[in-house]
Amino acid sequence: MALMMKQSAGLKAVSAARSRKSVVVRAGKYDEELVKTAHTVASKGRGILAMDESNATCGKRLDSIGVENTEENRRAYRELLCTTPGLGQFISGAILFEETLYQSTKDGRKFVDAMKAENIVPGIKVDKGLVPLANTNGESWCMGLDGLDKRCAEYYKAGARFAKWRSVVSIPHGPSIIAARDCAYGLARYAAIAQNAGLVPIVEPEVLLDGEHDIDRCLEVQEAVWAETFKYMADNKVLFEGILLKPAMVTPGADCPNRAGPAKVAEYTLKMLRRRVPPAVPGIMFLSGGQSELESTLNLNAMNQQPNPW
Amino acid sequence: THSVHLYAPILLVHIASRCVISGLSSSDKRHPNRARTVTMQAQMQFQSARTVSCVRATRGRAQPKVLCRAFNSMESPFAEELKKNAAYIAQKGKGILASDESNATTGKRLQSVGVDNTEENRRDWRELLYTAPGLGQYVSGAIMFEETLYQKARDGSQFVDILLAQGIYPGIKVDTGLQVLPGGKGETTTQGLDNLADRCKAYRKQGAKFAKWRAVIKIGEAGCPSTTAILENAHGLARYAQICQENGLVPIVEPEVTLGPGDYSIDETAFWSERVYSHVMRLLNEYGVILEGILLKPNMCLPARGHAPPGLDAPVASPEEVARVTVRTMMRSIPPAVPGIHFLSGGMSEEEATLNLQALNDEAPNAPWALTFSYGRALQATTLKTWAGKESNWAAAQDILVKLAKANSEAAAGKFKGPHPVPGGGRILQALRTGGSGK
Repeated sequence: MALMMKQSAGLKAVSAARSRKSVVVRAGKYDEELVKTAHTVASKGRGILAMDESNATCGKRLDSIGVENTEENRRAYRELLCTTPGLGQFISGAILFEETLYQSTKDGRKFVDAMKAENIVPGIKVDKGLVPLANTNGESWCMGLDGLDKRCAEYYKAGARFAKWRSVVSIPHGPSIIAARDCAYGLARYAAIAQNAGLVPIVEPEVLLDGEHDIDRCLEVQEAVWAETFKYMADNKVLFEGILLKPAMVTPGADCPNRAGPAKVAEYTLKMLRRRVPPAVPGIMFLSGGQSELESTLNLNAMNQQPNPW
Repeated sequence: THSVHLYAPILLVHIASRCVISGLSSSDKRHPNRARTVTMQAQMQFQSARTVSCVRATRGRAQPKVLCRAFNSMESPFAEELKKNAAYIAQKGKGILASDESNATTGKRLQSVGVDNTEENRRDWRELLYTAPGLGQYVSGAIMFEETLYQKARDGSQFVDILLAQGIYPGIKVDTGLQVLPGGKGETTTQGLDNLADRCKAYRKQGAKFAKWRAVIKIGEAGCPSTTAILENAHGLARYAQICQENGLVPIVEPEVTLGPGDYSIDETAFWSERVYSHVMRLLNEYGVILEGILLKPNMCLPARGHAPPGLDAPVASPEEVARVTVRTMMRSIPPAVPGIHFLSGGMSEEEATLNLQALNDEAPNAPWALTFSYGRALQATTLKTWAGKESNWAAAQDILVKLAKANSEAAAGKFKGPHPVPGGGRILQALRTGGSGK
């Protein structure tokens, strides 16, 4: 009845008695680093700067100020953001687009190095965008799992330490069971792959603001989507101490006649989080998804009026 | 377009109007967990049969909404009361006295101290427990067996009233025992869903405020736990919880991961516990159970070493290690909305149960849920031996019970300093009894 220990590529497998199946007790190569990175990005009083617009989307932004969409102009714009002095007091992480990860400042310093000098962790968008989901009423799913393990390994080598993947769920379009399930499933698989490559996954199932639904309906859908997401993440053995969440706040739809002030948004959002998010998760960074700058700040402030376990 | 009411499973159902509602496509290759997905979908349809789902049918295909009105959280008239009662039982520094042994099991206990298994003796034994002076300072709930819920003390007062006067909420065991699952691995499911709603109503009328259902998932033997056992037990717990809340009782959800014979580490126990709790939580979510209105009764994570008798002469894990692994497991599995985690004492001696509980509170003094106890034998074993059926020992037995309750209450508040009232006791094993505790 010998105790057999199998060591392979950082996974610890414990197997006892002859006929018992092996149990893989997860001990990933990057576990400690993931937890440390997650805590750094989630440090109190700091947040994430999302500057991962695709070339096309970035082009729209530059266009709006009359600047041509060339690689040099995109580089110059991102240099402006990355090298802002003192940014690291308020920003703990910056999400980059792939092109930006490999770019340098005018005087030849890599962006990732400039950021690390400010204690800003570089992150990288790894999904390949939303496409229509078959047999649904206009819903979408997020692509990007193919070859993701290799891409993540390359990004880690280039200096990225966290990753982002944005799936969406639309309330006016359903949401259907298959859309919610695919959103959760894609995020779970991405999270497992990213962690194995040393990148902290930001888990973002964005429940879109669009619609006429009230805040109760938003709560219902968010609870269902987060339940699915944690379910699949658990199945995929994602390390919860090494992820970050990027949820939408629980609010009425953009076109709902019944508005909700910061206190109500805070109450509903905290209720949803308390019901669905295990305390092991080190940080929750909200997306603003259509809220005004003022609204989103007031809502965030209201939420932090009481202590919470993450 | 017009509305369609769904009452049937939706896998390829033709509705008389011009729309086709299709469920999970069988050619969907993207999901390796197809079988489970189908089961989940069937379960979601089970829920939708109870609440009306309106689907606006358009020409071409339409998908039903992901969630019908979760009627429990929206419309249950008991929602606020459930949350209040759960919060009361889970208040810091108090725990639960588990005294819900079936008549058969109680009989074994009584016989071990030479007392006959009669209704009168069972009544006497419970009266000793519930009238212990000052018990209510340390205990916020007591779980009873059905017979006990309706019994009276010698002076004619109802047990439920005696408990309430002490500030102890009465609870009721509602499962009707374990049954062996086919497959030959000794795995079990728990029975008790039939007529549960009616029984809950009656128990509530009698004064019960919470309920308990024990599911057992066996680990440590070849092929255990099987997916069937995990899903079956999780399903039973979720349906029981839903029905209880519907009828005004706070459900204690008890997914006990039982250590079978074998040689395995505390990390392995933790691994399987996480798997089990994940399945339990997902079904509670899908069935619309109000998490602020339940209590959890899990096992602490313990290692097991050695074979026969399993665990008894195994080296005891230090309280610090038990606490570290158990807290980690809870942090990964249990959302903060659950107000209290009341650990069971199976597998530990009376002293271990207290020391481990203190270590848990040292490890996580700011845990979002109460880390407390729901102890049966860790409160009753020595009490019973002290009484031994003799009237002359009555006061001494009550005294040791209250001392044990006090020690565990202090541990639940993170304030136990010792010494323990019953140091060095032997480990109490949780055997896998089948055949129905409902007798």
